[in-house]
Amino acid sequence: MSPKTLYDKIWDAHVAHEAEDGTCLLYIDRHLVHEVTSPQAFEGLRMAGRPVHAPDKTIAVPDHNVPTTLDRANAATMTEDSRVQVAALDKNAKDFGIHYYPVSDIRQGIVHIVGPEQGWTLPGMTVVCGDSHTATHGAFGALAHGIGTSEVEHVLATQTLIQKKSKNMKVEITGKLRPGVTAKDITLSVIGKTGTAGGTGYVIEYCGEAIRDLSMEGRMTVCNMAIEGGARAGLIAPDEKTFEYCKGRPHAPKGAQWEAAEAWWKTLYSDDDAHWDEVITIVGEDIAPVVTWGTSPEDVLPITATVPSADDFEGGKVGAAQRSLDYMGLTPGTPLSDIEIDTVFIGSCTNGRIEDLRAAAEVLKGKKIKVKRAMVVPGSGLVRAQAEEEGLADIFKEAGFEWRLAGCSMCLAMNPDQLSEGERCASTSNRNFEGRQGYKGRTHLVSPGMAAAAAITGKLTDVRELM
Amino acid sequence: MDKFTTLTGIAAPMPLVNIDTDMIIPKQFLKTIKRSGLGANLFDEMRFDRQGNEVPDFVLNQEAYRSAEILVAGDNFGCGSSREHAPWAIKDFGIRCVISTSFADIFYNNCFKNGILPIALPKEVVDVLMTDAEKGANARMTVDLESQTVTTSDGEVFSFEVDAFKKHCLLEGLDDIGLTMAKADSIKSFEAQAAQARPWV
Repeated sequence: MSPKTLYDKIWDAHVAHEAEDGTCLLYIDRHLVHEVTSPQAFEGLRMAGRPVHAPDKTIAVPDHNVPTTLDRANAATMTEDSRVQVAALDKNAKDFGIHYYPVSDIRQGIVHIVGPEQGWTLPGMTVVCGDSHTATHGAFGALAHGIGTSEVEHVLATQTLIQKKSKNMKVEITGKLRPGVTAKDITLSVIGKTGTAGGTGYVIEYCGEAIRDLSMEGRMTVCNMAIEGGARAGLIAPDEKTFEYCKGRPHAPKGAQWEAAEAWWKTLYSDDDAHWDEVITIVGEDIAPVVTWGTSPEDVLPITATVPSADDFEGGKVGAAQRSLDYMGLTPGTPLSDIEIDTVFIGSCTNGRIEDLRAAAEVLKGKKIKVKRAMVVPGSGLVRAQAEEEGLADIFKEAGFEWRLAGCSMCLAMNPDQLSEGERCASTSNRNFEGRQGYKGRTHLVSPGMAAAAAITGKLTDVRELM
Repeated sequence: MDKFTTLTGIAAPMPLVNIDTDMIIPKQFLKTIKRSGLGANLFDEMRFDRQGNEVPDFVLNQEAYRSAEILVAGDNFGCGSSREHAPWAIKDFGIRCVISTSFADIFYNNCFKNGILPIALPKEVVDVLMTDAEKGANARMTVDLESQTVTTSDGEVFSFEVDAFKKHCLLEGLDDIGLTMAKADSIKSFEAQAAQARPWV
């Protein structure tokens, strides 16, 4: 048999039909659904009189619109259009008989945190969701990617997607990370190197010692932002850490099925002589804690650097950089660590897991915030409960953070958690686009530890100085 | 789905790189449960000020480009979220074709589901088309999917690549779900085989 990459192996195991031109029907093992990108798809099914093909493989949870304030059980905390959208998901889940975690359920949270937490996401699966950050699930060695609403409808109706195979890219992070450097710094540094279109047409497999050393939470952070590098999906080969994380989860296999599953999962790695269309190597020791300065996730620099000038770039990026600098209100040459921060947001499918909260709390312990406002939005109700049990919630609250309920919150600001005009935020989320966190809001993407450090000093800060 | 065969129309130039889906349709407009009506808010935060007044120098507010049907844009158009609201807004505005050097993967696929043709061309060709688009309303470009060509207002012809299956679906206005359902037997037999091989799924 010819050598295969991990992506090749998962792909081959899921082709339900292949046309002569290579167009395939890829079978989907898990379809995750949220309230924003699904109503039109369910409406399409209704109009055509079609059922959901595999309701037992379809899991829905509202996350984008939901308020994160403690009074959210009160319907008045939502705008009418948000309420209608969540109510539509309630109804669609019930009418079509799919698994559902409503807002009132402690297991509710961001779809990409709930899936792994509940054991829906397992190695070797194909996972899709009408959300670009579906790439997160690649951390388990699952082929996972975002789809549009028409494709959501297609998967609901047929449990397949019409696909052509992507190319294989290997991103190897060698050696060890230095203290204070995290999964977020890895994934941002990769995008800084490849650019936001560098991964277009590829599925990335992240490998190397620094990746192997990461926890499952860290691996999810890395894969989560594969989409920001333009890749269709990010993957990490499953190993003992993966199996350990999955074992005992509510929807993970048990007993003999677990044994059979684990035996197959252990075959899911890229063969030594597999073909790669592109290989990128980054030395782990070279990665520093990073921040973004602009309005594209590729605008990444070490915290020790200074704000660049548009002249530092070439081609179309010159104009884009100038536009970013104007939007962000930054002057070239300013040390990044001099940039004053108004707000700190810790949460999102990128960094809303327990390990992220631990990392932030570690920095915050016994300190007070200097920023105007700071909030922690745990990725799920269960993450929140665990953080309370571990005493992290008290650390956040004593430092001056708001301790919120689970949801996407200020990552995309569809709910009331938004930046105001000109408000500058150190955020653990994934996108620093214009207006992303609120009209004319200014976003600097950072790791949880760096976000906590900024909260304490009121400026973008090298977390290593506080360690 | 609406067919796409040929289109002759005004092309609006947007020489900005990395135009993301938050720019194309900001999140406050994603709360709809319909597909229609999003054109009014296409590029909302670039096109209107906070009071809802038009920003005069934004390209689609200029008289020459108000009825543009083609967009010529900088690299990596449509990056960011998977929101199909982005192509819905583009189409609802009246744009049926977007030309760039590259597109984000999900956006690119979403276009084909909505009768929009995204065309990726080398930078030197996009530069020529951008210059042509900058001539204004008299410069009408022609896009022909069957022959896979873009013709400038001066008659210069450029060929583009498109996946044969996607082209066929767009030319005929085919419904993907209907096509897949015709292969229901393949899906069924795959499911039977997968239930044996991976019963835990």
